[in-house]
Amino acid sequence: MDAGMLDGNAVAGLLQEVFAVEVTTATGTCAACGAAGAMGATHVYRGAGFVMRCPHCDNPLVKIVRGDDRLWIDLSGMRTLEVAV
Amino acid sequence: MAGTAVLGRLTWKAAKVVDVVVETRHVKTITFDVPDWPGHRAGQHVDIRLTAEDGYQAERSYSIASAPDGSRLGLIVVRIDDGEVSPYLTDELRPGDQIELRGPIGGYFVWEPAQGGPLLLVAGGSGIAPLMAMIRLRAAAKSDAQTRLLFSARSWDDIIYREELDRLNGGGLRVVNVLTDRQPPGWTGYARRVDAEMLAEVGPSPSERPRVYVCGPTPFVEAVAEALVRLGHDPRAIKTERFGPTGG
Repeated sequence: MDAGMLDGNAVAGLLQEVFAVEVTTATGTCAACGAAGAMGATHVYRGAGFVMRCPHCDNPLVKIVRGDDRLWIDLSGMRTLEVAV
Repeated sequence: MAGTAVLGRLTWKAAKVVDVVVETRHVKTITFDVPDWPGHRAGQHVDIRLTAEDGYQAERSYSIASAPDGSRLGLIVVRIDDGEVSPYLTDELRPGDQIELRGPIGGYFVWEPAQGGPLLLVAGGSGIAPLMAMIRLRAAAKSDAQTRLLFSARSWDDIIYREELDRLNGGGLRVVNVLTDRQPPGWTGYARRVDAEMLAEVGPSPSERPRVYVCGPTPFVEAVAEALVRLGHDPRAIKTERFGPTGG
């Protein structure tokens, strides 16, 4: 267990800077293991940026790095993001 | 709450301090008034941003401890002695001061009275904040959701909102205190870290399918969530909010 681990909630504000939806209640499907679940239930690790990992297989779903004037978001670990509208 | 998902992008707002209350040795409740506050749901948090004269900015997230109440919201701030943000918030802020705040944030770690119970709330230290919002909302909305709060603190004097929780205890709400480090003379309650045996005794049992909310430092949340799953609770019914190592 990593004492620095957080939940998807920890990046809810950051994601809401760019997406006009509440992302933690959206359902993400892991591209590695296929598990689907609320983004708020992902395991979040903070380093130079944030990594949101699948709580089932640990695959990095989303990586977020903030530059001076931009956010760089890598979604390659996620197959789909299902958002209620 | 599908219809509430579309919120628009978050922006920083000016929040005015209206009240500062000492809760315990290290903890204060700071109440803010935020014009145009859209209202919040129990369990949501806000981000606070401080800007130094040289432009350096520091941001921290704080759970809202107050029930929805117009344009007001109360945050629990724990003073971290070598922190960047919390000593300023606890030591310097006075009623009338302004800071930058954005929110409400999050929709996952949220409880609505309409969702009902039974509820199992498990708090470690200042992890009581979002759970307190749920308990206060439950009382304000006269919800009859059967609710158990298992609240772990270091000592009797470290129990945040002790008197208010005492008052609210009873009826459908049962408050169980855990004192891990020091106990007052004659203490007959739990005096160890939260474990599976304790969770089984406090209940509700997995067969009652409670909604479970666990909030506190990461190792606390990790241990509690793991014990709950081992007892047979549905992992999907367990919502967690980990503080991590607060840079304070």
